[in-house]
Amino acid sequence: MPDNGSTQANAATANSPAVAEATKRQRIRLMIRAAGMLPVLLLLCIGFHYMSEGRFFTGQNLGIVLQQAAVNTVLAAGMTFVILTGGIDLSVGSILAASAMAGLTMSKLSELSALWLPVAVLTGLGFGVVNGALIALLRLPPFIVTLGSLTAVRGLARLLGADTTVFNPSIPYAFIGNGSLTLIPGVASIPWLSVIALLVILASWLVLRRTVLGVHIYAVGGNESAARLAGIKVWAVLIFVYGVSGLLAGLGGAMQAARLYAANGLQLGQSYELDAITAVILGGTSFVGGIGSIWGTLVGALIIAVLSNGLILTGVSDIWQYVIKGLVIIGAVALDRYRLQGSART
Amino acid sequence: MNEPILEMRGVSKSFFGIKALCAVDLTVYAGEIHALMGENGAGKSTLMKILSGAYRPDPGGEIRIEGKPVRIEGPLGGRAAGISIIYQELSLAPNLSVAENIYLGREMSRSGLLARGAMREGVGPILQRLGADFLPSTLVAHLSMGQRQLVEIARALHVRSKILIMDEPTTALSAGESERLFTLIRQLRAEGLAIIYISHRMDEVYALGDRVTVLRDGRLVGSLDKQDIRADAIVRMMVGRDVSSFYKKDHDPGAGKGHPVLTASDMSDGRRVKGCSLTVHAGEVVGLAGLIGAGRTELAHLIVGAAPKISGRLELEGQPIDIRTPGEALAAGIAYLTEDRKALGLFLDMSCLDNINLAVLGRDAKLGWFLDRDKARERADRAFAGLSIRAANVSVPAGGLSGGNQQKVLLSRLLAIAPKVLILDEPTRGVDVGAKSEIYSIIDNLAKAGTAILVISSDLPEIIGICDRVLVMRSGHIAGEVRRTETAPLTQEDIMALATGTEHLDA
Ligand SMILES: Nc1ncnc2c1ncn2[C@@H]1O[C@H](COP(=O)(O)OP(=O)(O)OP(=O)(O)O)[C@@H](O)[C@H]1O
Ligand SMILES: [Mg+2]
Repeated sequence: MPDNGSTQANAATANSPAVAEATKRQRIRLMIRAAGMLPVLLLLCIGFHYMSEGRFFTGQNLGIVLQQAAVNTVLAAGMTFVILTGGIDLSVGSILAASAMAGLTMSKLSELSALWLPVAVLTGLGFGVVNGALIALLRLPPFIVTLGSLTAVRGLARLLGADTTVFNPSIPYAFIGNGSLTLIPGVASIPWLSVIALLVILASWLVLRRTVLGVHIYAVGGNESAARLAGIKVWAVLIFVYGVSGLLAGLGGAMQAARLYAANGLQLGQSYELDAITAVILGGTSFVGGIGSIWGTLVGALIIAVLSNGLILTGVSDIWQYVIKGLVIIGAVALDRYRLQGSART
Repeated sequence: MNEPILEMRGVSKSFFGIKALCAVDLTVYAGEIHALMGENGAGKSTLMKILSGAYRPDPGGEIRIEGKPVRIEGPLGGRAAGISIIYQELSLAPNLSVAENIYLGREMSRSGLLARGAMREGVGPILQRLGADFLPSTLVAHLSMGQRQLVEIARALHVRSKILIMDEPTTALSAGESERLFTLIRQLRAEGLAIIYISHRMDEVYALGDRVTVLRDGRLVGSLDKQDIRADAIVRMMVGRDVSSFYKKDHDPGAGKGHPVLTASDMSDGRRVKGCSLTVHAGEVVGLAGLIGAGRTELAHLIVGAAPKISGRLELEGQPIDIRTPGEALAAGIAYLTEDRKALGLFLDMSCLDNINLAVLGRDAKLGWFLDRDKARERADRAFAGLSIRAANVSVPAGGLSGGNQQKVLLSRLLAIAPKVLILDEPTRGVDVGAKSEIYSIIDNLAKAGTAILVISSDLPEIIGICDRVLVMRSGHIAGEVRRTETAPLTQEDIMALATGTEHLDA
């Protein structure tokens, strides 16, 4: 910036070139920040493409990646709401399992079987609202409450199927699990699971960025006492975010059930919460709340899926996959912190 | 006094391309109190943070200490160079003891174990010298603001600093605590320390300053020696023009003429507030004075439902009203400006735009839910222009603004509500003279338009300047009221007498 004294003198008010310049820089910085982990994602894709001798960027493989990312994306979207308020939801994996069990059980009742989908989603919502109510009204710490429901809801999931695997080969709406939406007949199609995930991301963006409630969510995460004094109903916001997280876990359960035609209360959704949390953190959302974006979460979820897929394509052994995944996650977040250091508030 | 202890030459600092400081010079001698003044956002805190090592200056400038050029890197660098800073926002760890705070970062240990006893003994003499009335083992969380400041000063002395920087140290202190601080500062000056003192209060600068340096828009305007320190000269240097008629009170001062808007009776919280009653009329500005700790903020919290009350009734425009949360208060038209803007007011990571609009988002929303972004933008722009808030634009995070500008952002949020009753808790804390007079005229205009206003302030000239009558609180009670009459103006003496309980027999 040129040393331009007279324009600097009223930097705050005038549309002087200095301000225009600074605004531009700020916008570029925001863009880099928003892009976040996108470069990492692209590098991973390109890297795997070469290491797997060109098997990554094929229509079929990309379809698989998108499909594998779908359920985690949906869970991570809910987790983003929760973490933005400075909370955490450890129970999403269990809620997913319980919802899938409830849905499948419903689908076997012949005349009511079409209702299995709303039943699964509402089951998730119910558990989420209970989590939220305990946290908001009894002021219990989110970590403790959802750690408790992680265990309790898992138990309920097993109870629902009498601790067996529930099958239903003729489950209604099975297309959402295995079908694809044809974009151009014979050329391009996209799995319904991924369509759902994208719609969830879009809806989350709409709520977080375009509604009053969205601003209130950021406000509660940024400074809860100030939010209370500013007249925000903090309890309502908390119940909402845990409700959303539960609802999306229920949707995830429905997606899994439709894909597998089956669910097992013990095994389904084990440690899914960790992948969801990882996606959110990779996406640059602050663990203490108040800062973050849903697009980052989408990129985070894709990174996880690409990593799994790529490591299989390149023939890395199962054991090493764990090690590499863990290291990439730590490395990516470290890189992110380093990149943001310059613009950090002091 | 011939060899300066500190010389800064051509120091600049930019944040993301905006110059916060532009080739500033500053010369400070040992044994002087050097006042640093300037409007909000002029760059005072930034300049000091460069000295303490919290910010790294842009290349090109030079800093000399006792004639030797130094590079200050990181907070430890500042300490090593003999510079200690007491920030605008105190930086103690409330969960640690006084001794542990003073030794923070340089803990003593014996064979690897923390030597708590030795540390307590080590700080004893300094605390004694400062006249502290608390023990080295006390938790900082249990100390008052004034006592915390003493701990900060003790920490500076303990590392044998030669330069002590104080950034608006009295904003959170009571009058008595401030007096004690001044005595201490003079004592430190006599011991040969150089003290850089930042303040927006002219009376403090008169009382303490040996020299004044004024910054404006990140540039050095000039320095004045003791004999030239005069309010009008300093203000002209700060603002670049004359600021006439500082306090503004054009609204009809006939107290009680309007109808009663807010009536609170027998408010108690069982601890700090004991059976307080008050009435504020339409178009009236009522002051609530008292010493720090008298329960003024707590009373305000009770009125707006921010704290649970054990007794008390509220009436709004003659109708009984039950308020249990700040949200209900806002909905009823009672707005409260908190005194603690960092902890209870602002969202530092959110944009100024969101901060300003937060309370009216729901009212403005389209279809009840969706943000009306044009309206929000317009309102934020208007607030920026109206209060001359200094920031690159309305979408920067509020945390990047200078202290005074943060205060203006918070005030804008309340003004956006257009409340019936406005309770302002220390409304001009940390705000520069120009903006103060803007805030006073805003208060005046609101009163003219019929708003009932209650102003809590520890700044007596301010209370006297803008209020129609003053209620004085002492240890949880309303100790009395001071009225302005045709013949007798409000006086500081009358207020202080009530606040301290002197000349008061039935207490
Ligand atoms: N960390 C930061 N990031 C971005 N801008 C900053 C940062 N710190 C300071 N600034 C900007 O630098 C300018 C000077 O701020 P500074 O805090 O030094 O003002 P000040 O003179 O101390 O004001 P006040 O009297 O209100 O405390 C302001 O415009 C402020 O917005
Ligand atoms: Mg400052």
